[in-house]
Amino acid sequence: MSAKYSTAQEAMQNASYVSALKELLYQLADDDLLISHRASEWLGLVPHIEEDVAFSSIAQNTLGHAAMFYQLLEELGEGTPDDLAHLREPDKFRNAILAERANGTGHYTEDPDYDWGYAVIRNYVYEAFKRLRLESLTASSYSPLADVAAKILREQFYHLYHWETWIEQLSHSTSEAEERLNNAIRKTWEDVASLFDLGPAADQIRSGGLMGDMEEIRRQFTETVRAKFEAAGLIWPGEMTSGDFSGREGKHTEELRMALEEIGSVYRLDPAANW
Amino acid sequence: MAIESDIRQQVLDRLQQVTDPEINTVSIIEMGMVEKISGQPPKVTVELIPTYVGCPALDMIRRDVIESVRQVDGVEEVEVVFLKHPAWTSERITPEGREKMKEFGIAPPPKSGPGGTWTVECPYCASPKTVMQNLFGPTSCRSIFYCQSCKNPFEAIKPV
Repeated sequence: MSAKYSTAQEAMQNASYVSALKELLYQLADDDLLISHRASEWLGLVPHIEEDVAFSSIAQNTLGHAAMFYQLLEELGEGTPDDLAHLREPDKFRNAILAERANGTGHYTEDPDYDWGYAVIRNYVYEAFKRLRLESLTASSYSPLADVAAKILREQFYHLYHWETWIEQLSHSTSEAEERLNNAIRKTWEDVASLFDLGPAADQIRSGGLMGDMEEIRRQFTETVRAKFEAAGLIWPGEMTSGDFSGREGKHTEELRMALEEIGSVYRLDPAANW
Repeated sequence: MAIESDIRQQVLDRLQQVTDPEINTVSIIEMGMVEKISGQPPKVTVELIPTYVGCPALDMIRRDVIESVRQVDGVEEVEVVFLKHPAWTSERITPEGREKMKEFGIAPPPKSGPGGTWTVECPYCASPKTVMQNLFGPTSCRSIFYCQSCKNPFEAIKPV
């Protein structure tokens, strides 16, 4: 049984614990920041107006989740949430590659060629994973993180449910929809292993009791998602294989660099401005 | 430090004037957001439970609490703390809060906890013949419904 910490001050007495805690918090915060940015780029481009309301609501909520994790980092002396989100260089980001992938080609203001099938599958997979990770975090040895995870879980239910509904409806519609969902599953599977990567601090995250066993999360994820795809008549793509580089080590795509340039562009104009 | 009961009452009276900016008939007390009041004038601390994690109204609520509580005699400094624990749930909304939501045209949440499909009564005509149109509404905490009896669209607070 690992030691419990109920405040930032207590955690900071233990250097190796706090360093693993920060790594984990950056993973949690940056995953939510990037996936919500990709969601926001869909604004006005989704299939219908009800989806615009829903997806932008999910994006705003998910950005709020990122802000909570950045606040936990602020309490550990890492700087303000605004600075953390807007001013870090790409190699300081710890998000999974799956969260940073562009929605498609083009820019949302000019010739966007985004695939809705990919949006549905990528977001479903992310939320299914996020749910299991949050459940695991509710038993974290760092109680401020356990509290935040419990709180986010209650809202996140609706995000996962939303994408489950899309899969059910599209997979039973036309053969084109089915084909595009299957293509999107194959594309998503190129990055899916990145979610389960805990990076260089994996051993300390585990030994410090910061979250449960990631292999168990992977097993549960495989079982749940496989059952979902099969019930929808979609093709289970098989085992996930790791990519060539790890976002958890600060190694990213050019797509992330461009996204961060956009995310921070207004803030960098005048960091002292009041909003 | 325990707060004197008459000061506490005065602070509560002020907090009763602070409303959710997006449902301005319901006070933050009725929303179940006020967890603790402590301190002694000149400094009073108000501990609040945030509703939704990403709710943009929280900064406005913080500002409004500071402005309102500073009007209590002898109070010069107001500290507002948003707690991470306990988590807010829609069951914390008081019976008065639920009634006032209806007056605002918003159905209060069912007492079922998070769920994909749930039913609410129309806040206008109390008919149970309502259908969900969109799980997501104009704010994170609301869904959009339609009443098949009085033919009005309306919003409902999601159960969380």
